[in-house]
Order: sequence, then structure tokens, then C-alpha cells
Amino acid sequence: MSKERIKISPDLYDIMPSDYQDLVSSATYGKEDRGWKDIGTSKELIEQHSLCAGCPESMAFRYILASLPNPEDTVMVGSTGCTSLVFPMVAVHNIHSLFGNQNAIASGLKRALSVRFPDRVKDVVVLAGDGATVDIGLDMTLQAWFRQEKFTTICFDNELYANTGGQESGLMQKGFVAKMAPVGKLFDKVRLPEIARESGCHYVVNCTVSKPSLVEKVVRNAVLIAREIGPTYLQLYTPCILEIGKNSMEGLQEMRDSEKPTERFAFKEYISEPAKQLLAERDAKAKEKKAAAKQLVS
Amino acid sequence: MDPTSVIGTKNKKGQVFTDPRIMMREAPRTPSFYTGSEVIKEAIRRASIDVMIAYPITPQSEAAALIGELFAEGYIGDYFRGESEFAVMSQCAGAAFGGARVFTTTAGPGTMRAMENFPMWAGARLPIQCIVTCRGINSPLSIQPDTIEISYLMQTGMLVWHAETAQDFYDWILMGYMVSEEPEVHLPLALCCDGFFVTHTKDVVDLTPTDMCLPPYDPYRSPVPCMDMECPPVRMMRDPFIMKSNYISYATHASWQQEVWAAAERSRKHTIAWLNGLIETEDVDADVLIVTSGTAVSQGREAIRLLADEGIRVGLVKIKTLRPWPEEELKEATKHATHIIVPEFNVIGWMAKEIKATIPRSERVIAGPRVCGGMTMPPEIIVEEIKRALGVRSGTLAGRG
Amino acid sequence: MSLDYVKFTPGFEQFMPKEYRDMVEHGPFGKKTTVSQMGSFKEILEEHPMCAGCAMTLFIRLAIIAFPNPEDTITVGTAGCGRLAISQAAIPFVYGNYGDQNGVASGLSRGLRLRFGDKPKDVVVIAGDGGTADIGFQQVLHSWFRKERFTTIMLDNEVYGNTGGQESGMTTRGAVLKMAPLGKKFEKMDMVTMAKVAGCSYIATVVPNNPRRVESVIKKAVLIARDIGPTYIQAYTSCNIEYAIPTDKVMEDAKTVEDDRYKFTEYVSDEAKAYLAERYGYKEFMPKAVPASVTTA
Repeated sequence: MSKERIKISPDLYDIMPSDYQDLVSSATYGKEDRGWKDIGTSKELIEQHSLCAGCPESMAFRYILASLPNPEDTVMVGSTGCTSLVFPMVAVHNIHSLFGNQNAIASGLKRALSVRFPDRVKDVVVLAGDGATVDIGLDMTLQAWFRQEKFTTICFDNELYANTGGQESGLMQKGFVAKMAPVGKLFDKVRLPEIARESGCHYVVNCTVSKPSLVEKVVRNAVLIAREIGPTYLQLYTPCILEIGKNSMEGLQEMRDSEKPTERFAFKEYISEPAKQLLAERDAKAKEKKAAAKQLVS
Repeated sequence: MDPTSVIGTKNKKGQVFTDPRIMMREAPRTPSFYTGSEVIKEAIRRASIDVMIAYPITPQSEAAALIGELFAEGYIGDYFRGESEFAVMSQCAGAAFGGARVFTTTAGPGTMRAMENFPMWAGARLPIQCIVTCRGINSPLSIQPDTIEISYLMQTGMLVWHAETAQDFYDWILMGYMVSEEPEVHLPLALCCDGFFVTHTKDVVDLTPTDMCLPPYDPYRSPVPCMDMECPPVRMMRDPFIMKSNYISYATHASWQQEVWAAAERSRKHTIAWLNGLIETEDVDADVLIVTSGTAVSQGREAIRLLADEGIRVGLVKIKTLRPWPEEELKEATKHATHIIVPEFNVIGWMAKEIKATIPRSERVIAGPRVCGGMTMPPEIIVEEIKRALGVRSGTLAGRG
Repeated sequence: MSLDYVKFTPGFEQFMPKEYRDMVEHGPFGKKTTVSQMGSFKEILEEHPMCAGCAMTLFIRLAIIAFPNPEDTITVGTAGCGRLAISQAAIPFVYGNYGDQNGVASGLSRGLRLRFGDKPKDVVVIAGDGGTADIGFQQVLHSWFRKERFTTIMLDNEVYGNTGGQESGMTTRGAVLKMAPLGKKFEKMDMVTMAKVAGCSYIATVVPNNPRRVESVIKKAVLIARDIGPTYIQAYTSCNIEYAIPTDKVMEDAKTVEDDRYKFTEYVSDEAKAYLAERYGYKEFMPKAVPASVTTA
């Protein structure tokens, strides 16, 4: 998208809502080095949202939207769940259709965009909860990876069905007592990052969203690799503080506790060989550019 | 992009983007002897399809695979096999959200597996075309022709047309895109036929020239934004309606559902223009009328011929579109009839129910004969039904004992 | 099932169909029959409508003979060629929708356990590659995640055989088939690794050429599924029609494919090994006497 497309006709400027005016004047569409540090100094691509106070998912949303390398040409796909309450407030095109079909939607979407815009970059990013990704949508999640569809899948893993009031999901830990798991969950947390790797994802990360810089890094990697090579997968712990009985200020600590080296969200990253090569080339180019800029200054 | 601006130019296969009215109504036609599946392929060759997604299920597998050959020849932008009908219909939705002209096919249990997608397509105003080659839905598994799935499709908000012959199919696939892509319509189309009877039989079909094709789909004529980041991404609403249980939320959903059905109504005038009416009639001044859709119409024609030999005059109404439903047309066409015979290929008689709910003095409607589970409908059983209605004695049918 | 159930009411023998009489008099119920005895007893699989030379049919015959307890076994299947044969067998065959076999089997095995307690009722899913890896994939994996105790057998002919030869997820990359007009674009799905990650206790890949091996893996898989957890067998059962293999070359093809991508592999979880050794006396899994030199290390 050219930034021209969102400009407001001068005669109509004063009657546009202020959040739209802000979007035109100070959003970071097209800014090459955009990242989480823009938060607070630019218009974010997420407007006010209706998530609970202290919800780590809302932070994750803000970091991801600040980190997308190419929001002016990115289309996102969501599913039913808490995320679907946020997407209507997001200033990149996004699709909600049914529960669990997000990776099928994204497969068709990415292919349509490739047919329609063969010479341009159009990134597709799926963002859905654990129920949508692992339970009801599991086949479509994995089959998109088998087919090597070129888009990024992000799973907000809060280890339960939050939006419907706290039921067991496949990504819940074994033994956790929840609705529909009245004697505790009887089987292990599904090992989706491993499955992602075996299903052909070229970049897989399992982590929490406690560190915005980390989120930025993995999102940029995932989108770039998906654009050039093949499917990528991020599984991000965004605890549902409500359903696990935490207070609104305890989300961050919960994530820090869960990312300790022995815990289930210790940072894990898998990069396929072609993806490693791509990242190395990108980093080399960035270094070159930096050096050139330095020379220019001196 | 204005689609009219490409008229006269060529696509990469050398086909000329042609004004659809000229292509369908004025261009020379070549009679060709093809199976229904091959006819689908020939229509799609000329339909400027961007994306087709396939899944095996009898009796549509052949058509779906033939379109794969078109892709290999370069007529289609992208094509692949999905992993289930549910996934395929979602993949079609994704492609349509992204601004592509999308085509797919399914049948019977596949239609049911995919069902959650169809109201979503309509609600999202995606003008996808889905060919439905109807087959039985029950346990034990049946692969035989049976039209019961149409009754489910009729409540989804999609346009639903029911082809009688391969010729209908050929013309309606191409015309279907023209109707469903109208900005004031912009709805998906379920183009149904009776599986096997139409897909697996050969017939002479008059084809339009191979070197002419429909102008491409223009997603920017859509009444809802195309999801390609080429138009402003304003936030859609301040509070997602799913969050709210209040009157504004209900009213929004209600008005959107009404708008979907209103759009189907608005397709009427375009459909009438393209299909020469939502129904086709013969001798509707007769006392007895056969009113139905699909291949039951063909069997009705045979029955009419048999009865004419005995001096009994029977008229015919062929219903072409089920959504929109030709309510006024049916009231007018049936106003002289004393007996209205509705032969159907399904166990529940959905067509008879629809007609009864439409016309005055519904006791005139005889809901039958009906066959199901893959049985054929010999014209003789229609003849017998008519004679019974008229109080004429008829001989025992062979095989009835 | 009590074996009395299949017996005739005295005096009615002469009116019963021959195949039924054979089943009562020479069938395998309540006996320990083996594949080496094929031809000397009435098989549970009656005549079937499969194509001449079909390797899938041979595999199904072997698998059914190998069931450790046929009189208390229920099979579950789905759309595809396999069901055309399995539904002719003299044991119950449950058929729901396309791809829902592992969902049906989950409910069935739980229901049978509730009703019959510890008396084994074996549930065995036998479905094709489309039913298992494509349309039914999600239900297959979730049944494994949940550790449902039944056996899943995939009849892998690497194509949708019954609908006339379309690409499936188990098709090898590059194969040109219907719906893959330019050759399949992605790799054959690695269901064995999926099964491992998803938590199966026993996994084997076989071809039908070696009847004793088929018998051995089926027996282990069914026994382990009784108490330990889900088990998975993936069998190469070529479609000689869609891959144009002459009927007399079907076994030769299977041998070639075995050497290429279908080597015999067997994974047995430690728990399953111990179970087979203790409960059923499998010598190969008995704990070996550990040499003293190792224990001191």
C-alpha cells in the first residue's frame, strides 16, 4: 500500500476521527527500522482495545504490531477468541471468519495475493489462540506447514480457552484443574513447537512476551523467513491472568517465572539451514549499511 | 481497475477479455459432445479464474481434477488440493478475501463437512462459486445422486441455482460470476446439479469460442473492503459487537443478516436478465402442471410426452433459481392449475414444501413422486401420480407386483 | 463375545449359509491361528470386491488373522477402498463419516471399557492415507495426544484410490496425479514422527510381503493399546491401478518400495516393552542381565 492511499482530503480533514488523523500523521507505515521503541512516540497500529486490565496478550499485540517489518503490505488473519476482540481495532487489514480455520484462510489469501501482486511483497501473518491453533484448527495449522505455505503463524498460548471462560485446551499443562478438566488435565501439553519443526516450519520459537526486544526480533525473523522461504511459527506465552487466578499486575512476573531455563517457556529457537543463510545475509547487509552510514557521517 | 478497460485485450493464454453480453449472447457457438465434468472444465477455461482449490469426493472429483489440467496449461492463477472440504472452503474464503475470483466444487457429505463456511461466505460477501454435484447424505454411505443437500444450502444466504442439463451448467457457470460479482449482490453462488445424471453423462453442449474469456474480477467493486492493504485500514468498530449484549449489537447483526438476504433479492433483476427469467414455463394453462428443478424437470418432460400420447395435456414449470426464490413467478404460473405435481430426487420433498409455502390453495400441490438413495425416476411413476390425481385408472407398474 | 453366540440353534445348521457354517466349524474364534496356517482355516474376511492383485487386501487379511482376540475385536474404518473389504469381515465394523474414525474409536473404546471393565475389547482403526493423514488428521493426532487406548492402522497407498487417483498428503513429492497436475509440490507427510511426538507407545512401518512380520507388529500394537496407550502402524499397500503396477508385479513393487522409503521400523516405548515382557512374556523385551562392568561404571 502506498501511504498516499490513507491520506485525508484536506477539506474533510477536520471531520475525520482523531485516531484516523493520528494514523495518517504519525503511524510508522513504511518506516524501515520500526520496532517496539516507537511505542510512545508514534501512533500505534492498535487503537484502544477491550482486553482485561493487565492482560499480557494486549502487550503482545502492541509489540507485534510495532515490530511487523512491512505493515503497509501485511494482512493478518485471526480466529475466534480474545484476539478477535482486538483485531477490529488494528490498523492493518485483518480477517476473522470462523473458529480454527485461520491457516486455511491464510493459505488461500497468500496465494491470491501472490497471483494478484506477483512483483510485490505482501506478508500474511496469522495470529490466533491455542484453542484455535492446536485443537479445532490443528489439521489446518499443520497442513499449511506441510504444503510449505509462505506465511507466519503466531499462537498466543494462554494454555486454556479464555474467551469462553477457562476450559481445558490441548496446550494446557497436565494436571491443571479447569472447566472440562474437573479432575485435572489427563494428558501432556501438546508439543507443538516440535511438531512445527517436523512439519516443515523453517523458523520456530517458543518464548514468553516479557521482553519486547525479543518479541521484535523473533517477529521480524519469522515474517522475513516466511516471505522468502516457507512457513514459520511463534508460540508466545500470554498467560490469562484471570483464569489462572493472578492479579492484573502479576502477568509479567508469571511470564518471567515460566521462562526460566527449566520451565516450559524457556526460550527455544529453531532455524532451518536455508533460513540461517537468509538471516546471515540480512545481517551482513545491515552491517554494511551501518558501516556506510558511519563513513558518511565521518 | 475498471474491468471494462481490459475488454479487447488478451490474457497470457491469448484469450480476449470479452464483454460478457457479447460472449454469451452473440458470439458463435460450437456444438460439442462432452460429459458434464468436461463441460465444467470448458466453462472454467473461459471464466478467468484466479484460484481453484480441490478435494476428492465422488462425483465431483473428475471435474476438480480436470480443472487442475487447466492450471497446468496456464489458464488458472493457482490451484491446489486442500486437506478436507472444511479446509478447502476456508481456503477459498481466504483467496476471495484477498481479491481473487475463486472456484471450487464439492458434493454430498463434502457439502455438509464444509457447511459452517457457507453462511460465513455470504456474511463476508465473498462472490465464490461452488459447484455442488449433489449426492446422497446418510448412513450407510451412499455415493448415488440425491438432492437433499440443496435444502441445507438454501438457508445459508448463498445464491442457489439448480441446473437441469450440461448446457445450463455451461452457461450458468459463466453468467453466475456476472451476477454474483455485481456490487449490489456480491454473494457466493452454489450452482447445483444432480450428480452423475449431469456430471457423468454425455450431451451436446453449445460452447462459446475458446479464445474469448470473461473480464477479470475487480475486487474494488466489492461492497466490503478487499483484504489486500490497498485501501485504508481503518478500525472497523469501536467495540466489537461480539463483546456486547445490547440492542445496538443485536440490531447490527440483524441488519447485516437482512442485508445479505436483501442482496440475494437484488440479484433477481440481474439473474432474470442473464437466465431469461428465474423459471421457464410450457403450457401453464393446462389443468395439471409439473413444477420442479434439476433433472426431475427432464423426467417431467418425458412424462408429459407419454401423457400427450393418451390425450392428457400437462404443463411444465422449470425452476432455475432456488435463491432467490421465484415467488411471484410461481404464483402467476400456477394460477390456472388444479393439480401441481412436484417430482423430486430426495426423501424430504423440500421443493414441494417451498412451493406449498408460496402459492395460494396449497392443497393443489402433490408432493411427489419422490425417489432417493440413488434411484432413477422413470417417467412412468410421474405419469401414474398424475393419473391418480385425475382419477384415471392406470395399469400396474412392472415390478410392483 | 462368548463363543456360544456364533453357534447354531440345533436343527438349523442346514439352513445356514455355507460361509456361516464354515465360520463356526473352521473359523479362528477362540483359537490361536497364525498366518502360517492360512488356507487351513476359515478366514474372518469373506470374499471382497477389491481389484485383482490388490496389496491392501492381502494386508487386511494378514492383519485380521493377527488380531490376538478376534472374537472381542471391533474395527473402525472410513471411506476408501479398505472399508470395501473390512466390511465383509465376520467381526463388527463401525463406519461414520469420512475422516472421523479416530473420533469414533475414542468414544467406542471408552464406552466398551466402561461396559466391560478389564475384559479386553480391542478397538482397531483401519483407514487409508487420505482418511488418516488428510481429512482425519486432526482427530488422529488428538486421539494420540489424549492417549486413547486403541490401535490406528494406516493403509498407505499414497493416493486417493477409491475416488480415482488424486494426490494425498502421503503421496511422494513430484508424483503426477489427479489434482497434482504438475507433480506434488511438497514432501510425503512424516506420520511416523508425528506419531512419536504425539505420544504413541508403539509405531511400526511395514509392507505386506512378510506375513509373519505383519502378524508380529499387529499383535504387539493391539496388545499395547489395551493398557499402555495409542499405537500406530503404517503399512504400504500399493494401489496397482492408480500407479499402473501389473498385478504380477505388486509384490515386487512392495519390495522395491520397502528398500526405498518403507524400511521396516519399529518403535516401542520403554513402558510398552516392560508391559509386553511382563504381561505377555515377550522374550525380546525382557530386561537383560546387566554385565557387572557396566553397573560399576
